[in-house]
Amino acid sequence: MDIIKPSKAGTYESNDIYIMLFPGYEENLIELESVVYDCFGYQIKKVIKDVLKENNINHVLVKAIDKGALDYTIRARMITAIKRGVSNE
Amino acid sequence: MQIDGYKKNYKMYSYSKVIKDQVILKPTKKNNSLNKLRKNISNLLDELTIKDGSVISFHHHMRNGDYVLNMVMEEIAKRNVKDLTLFASSIFPCHEPLVKLIKEGVVTQIYSAYISGPVAEAISQGLMKKPVVMHTHGGRPRIIESSEIKIDVAFIAAPSCDYRGNINGSLGKNACGAIGYAVTDAWFAKNTVAITDNFVISVDKPHIEGKYIDYIIKVDSIGEASKIVSGTTKITRNPIGLKIARLAAEVIKYSGYFKNGFSFQTGAGGISLAVAHYLKEIMKEENVKGSFASGGITGYLVDMLKEGLFERLYDVQCFDLDAVQSIRENEAHIPISASKYANINDDCIVNDLDYVILGATEIDLDFNVNVTTSSTGEIMGGSGGHSDTAYGSKVTIIVSQLFNARIPVIKEHVICKTTPGETVDVLVTERGIAINPRRRDLIERFRQTNLPIMTIQELKKISDNLVGIPEEVEFTNKIVGIVEYRDGTIIDLLYKRG
Repeated sequence: MDIIKPSKAGTYESNDIYIMLFPGYEENLIELESVVYDCFGYQIKKVIKDVLKENNINHVLVKAIDKGALDYTIRARMITAIKRGVSNE
Repeated sequence: MQIDGYKKNYKMYSYSKVIKDQVILKPTKKNNSLNKLRKNISNLLDELTIKDGSVISFHHHMRNGDYVLNMVMEEIAKRNVKDLTLFASSIFPCHEPLVKLIKEGVVTQIYSAYISGPVAEAISQGLMKKPVVMHTHGGRPRIIESSEIKIDVAFIAAPSCDYRGNINGSLGKNACGAIGYAVTDAWFAKNTVAITDNFVISVDKPHIEGKYIDYIIKVDSIGEASKIVSGTTKITRNPIGLKIARLAAEVIKYSGYFKNGFSFQTGAGGISLAVAHYLKEIMKEENVKGSFASGGITGYLVDMLKEGLFERLYDVQCFDLDAVQSIRENEAHIPISASKYANINDDCIVNDLDYVILGATEIDLDFNVNVTTSSTGEIMGGSGGHSDTAYGSKVTIIVSQLFNARIPVIKEHVICKTTPGETVDVLVTERGIAINPRRRDLIERFRQTNLPIMTIQELKKISDNLVGIPEEVEFTNKIVGIVEYRDGTIIDLLYKRG
């Protein structure tokens, strides 16, 4: 699957994460800002990578601004952003 | 191990051996001079000459609206003095100018019960020459009375003061109410200075008597009273917080001590205040009346006093302006000193408490609580009266969300042990209530209720499954702080982050 246009999902609210996807990169890149970076930075990136892999996405920049989202929230925001980015509507 | 810049004969905390001091100073001061007024701080400093290494004290009843600490320290710094110890009951974000003095070596040590904002950050970054000593609100008068620290000059923000030095905190344009943390300083400091923006002919009911005051200085303003309001002083509207508060009120109801004459303390945090709100409903339903509520007092407790639900309020500092008005007008709202509040060597109020509601940044499987640092180890608070009240009260209840913004409250080990688990009885979260296994009586009692009781291990499992296990924060071996228990023993050490 290919992301064909920039897309986003989520909010800046506490316990949420704001995801932006930008197409046209050599390989997947992740830029993460998080209020819990010290404790969960690795885990958040892992969830983002997992969702990219599951959807066979290989050429995006993921910009993520995290306000303490749990794994299922990160997953949901990622899936939504991907769906928005591949759609032509 | 000798800790640089700290007393040599220190002891480590042990619950079975909480120490009372044998030798305690008694106040003997009697300064009846009628010539106490000085022109300004600079003038006074010409007369007092503060030397390198002196100990300067302040109290924090003006909270984040305080001007006095900054204005005095600015004048002292101009005189090229070094190596001062700042003995300030609490330090707030408004005291940011101190950071410069710390960097310049004017202030090289701080004693305090609570530090937040830029000064806390500077300490965590290791900018201070000597480690900060974080004592408790009750530990502060103990330190003075046991002459562990001799205050050279105490500066007292005085909302109203007469020419003899009689001070009342409840009167004046910057009234802050009770001034309990300044009392012991005034009694024992070599020199005590009242700084006032309301110099009056006579103060009838002084919170601090004039005989303890040596100098008086008039200034335009000692602070901004509107900013004494402490952090969150409104009941939380977060449904999770309300659920926790409701459960905590139920815990009180079924704990076995809820009967006429019971006593109660709660903090000013959103959930703690909501506990007072639900407790009020239960007290009315069950027709139970309490004897006293204590602590930092808020408008919610003032309302309960007015409605006759409590007979008295014992107040060491007012958390909002409703409390300030009440202490001025209501005889049953009684100002007390920090010593009377929580000093282990005094006949203190906390020992008469049935319930205290407290918060936590972290709690571990042994019920040890951290309120001193953030969950990543930076200083952002301190005990205040946390460990004093936990020790004194019959039932100590910690209220907290199980996790918030992915930060779990229950940890394998707390980063800093502020309050020992031996003195903590119940943890109330939105997903369940854990009781300290030491309290078999409570476990037995709650078994007969519908309350969602589980072990703290079970609660931790729920939390871990949702948020995951946080990565461990790493620290260097540089000590930036010493956490003292209320008896002056070391309960924990604070290190600089790696």
